[in-house]
Amino acid sequence: MSALVMSLALGYAQIALALAACLGGYRLLYGPRAQDRVLGLDTFYVTAMLLFVVTGIRVGSPFFFEAAMVIGVLGFVATVSLAKFLIRGEVIE
Amino acid sequence: MTYLETLPAWIALPVAFFLVLGATLTLLGTVGLARLHSFYDRLHAPTLGTSWGAAGILLASMILVSWTEGRAVLHELVIGIFLMITTPVTMMFLGRAALHRDRIEGTPGIPGAVARSDVPIGPVSPPEGEAAFADPADAPGED
Amino acid sequence: MTRLFPHPLLTCALLLLWLLLTSFSLGNLVLGFGVAALASRALAAIEPERVKLRAPMALVRLFFIVGLDIMRSNYAVARLILTGGRHGRRHSGFIEIPLRLRDPAPLALLAMIITATPGTAWVEYDDETSTLLLHVFDMIETDDWVKLIGTRYESLLLEAFPA
Repeated sequence: MSALVMSLALGYAQIALALAACLGGYRLLYGPRAQDRVLGLDTFYVTAMLLFVVTGIRVGSPFFFEAAMVIGVLGFVATVSLAKFLIRGEVIE
Repeated sequence: MTYLETLPAWIALPVAFFLVLGATLTLLGTVGLARLHSFYDRLHAPTLGTSWGAAGILLASMILVSWTEGRAVLHELVIGIFLMITTPVTMMFLGRAALHRDRIEGTPGIPGAVARSDVPIGPVSPPEGEAAFADPADAPGED
Repeated sequence: MTRLFPHPLLTCALLLLWLLLTSFSLGNLVLGFGVAALASRALAAIEPERVKLRAPMALVRLFFIVGLDIMRSNYAVARLILTGGRHGRRHSGFIEIPLRLRDPAPLALLAMIITATPGTAWVEYDDETSTLLLHVFDMIETDDWVKLIGTRYESLLLEAFPA
C-alpha cells in the first residue's frame, strides 16, 4: 500500500517538475526580452535541482543530493552574473 | 524502488503529501511564468517554486531519509537555507536590471528614478562644463 | 578570546553546517571546528561592520509571522494564476514605500522577507531618500501596503535591530 502511494507520488512529482522545467525552458527560448530569458534560466535551474532531489528519493542514493547542491550553486552564480551583465553590459569591472 | 516497500503508512503518507504539494506549487509557478503578460508579473511566479515548492520537496526528502537511515538527516536544510538566501539576491538583481533597461528605453508605465543628486536619470546629456563620459562604464552607476 | 574567535556566532553556524553536511563524529567535530575558526578569522580580516542584535525574540516572532504570510500568499498567488486573476480584473503595479530602517542588516532581512513572499517583489531601494520601490502582483489600496510593511515587518525589525 505504501509502496503504491510512494510510487504514485514520486511519479507525479517527477512529471510535474519535468513539465515545470520545460515551461522555464520555454521562457528561456522565447522570452521576448533578455531579462525574461535570465528569469527562465533561473527557474530552470531551481526546478532541475528539485528534480534531482526527487530522483534521489526514488533511487535511494545520496549522490543526487550532492549533485542538486552543485546545481543550486551554479544556478545562483549564473543568474547573478547574467543580471549584472544586463545592468552594466559587463561582468567584471 | 526496493527500500520503499518496507515503509510504514504513517511515514509514506506525509512524504507523499509534501512531494505532491511541492511539485504542484513549482509547476503552478512556472505556469504563471509562461502565461503572465508583463515581465514584472512574471518576476513573482517563480517564487512559488522557491518558497513552498522547494520546502515541500525538501521536507519530504528529510522525513524519508531520516526514517531510512534511522537518525535525523538534516542536510536538506542546507539547500533550503541556501535557496532562502540566494533567491532574494537573484530576484532583486533581475528586477533592478529590468527597471534599469526599461528606464533607458523609456518604456511607459515605469516609475522614473527617484530624484537623486549624484546620479543622472536615464540617457541625459551631461551638464555643461563637464566632459561627456566616453565609456558608459565610467559613468556614475546606481550601485 | 575575542582575538582567537572574532565572530563566535559565525563560528558556531559554520560548525553546524559542517556537521549537517557530514555526519556527527568526534573527528568531524574537531575538523569542522578548525575550519570554522579559520573562516571566521578570515572574515575578521576584512573587518565587516558589527551587527547589533538587541532582541532575538522579536526575530523569532517575525520568523513565524513571515512563515504564515508566505503560506497564505502562496495559496493566493497560486489561485490567481489558476483563475487568471478573478476574470481578468487583477492588476499589478509599483508602490513607493518610505522606510524608517537605515542599517544594512535589517534592510537585507526585509529584502529577504519581501522577495521570499510570493506576490511582492523588491525592485529598488534608494538610500538617499530611504524609499523602497515595490512591485505588487495583486494590487489593493496603496496605503494598505504601506501600513502592512510598516507595522507587520518593519516595527519588529526596528525592535530587533535598534539604530
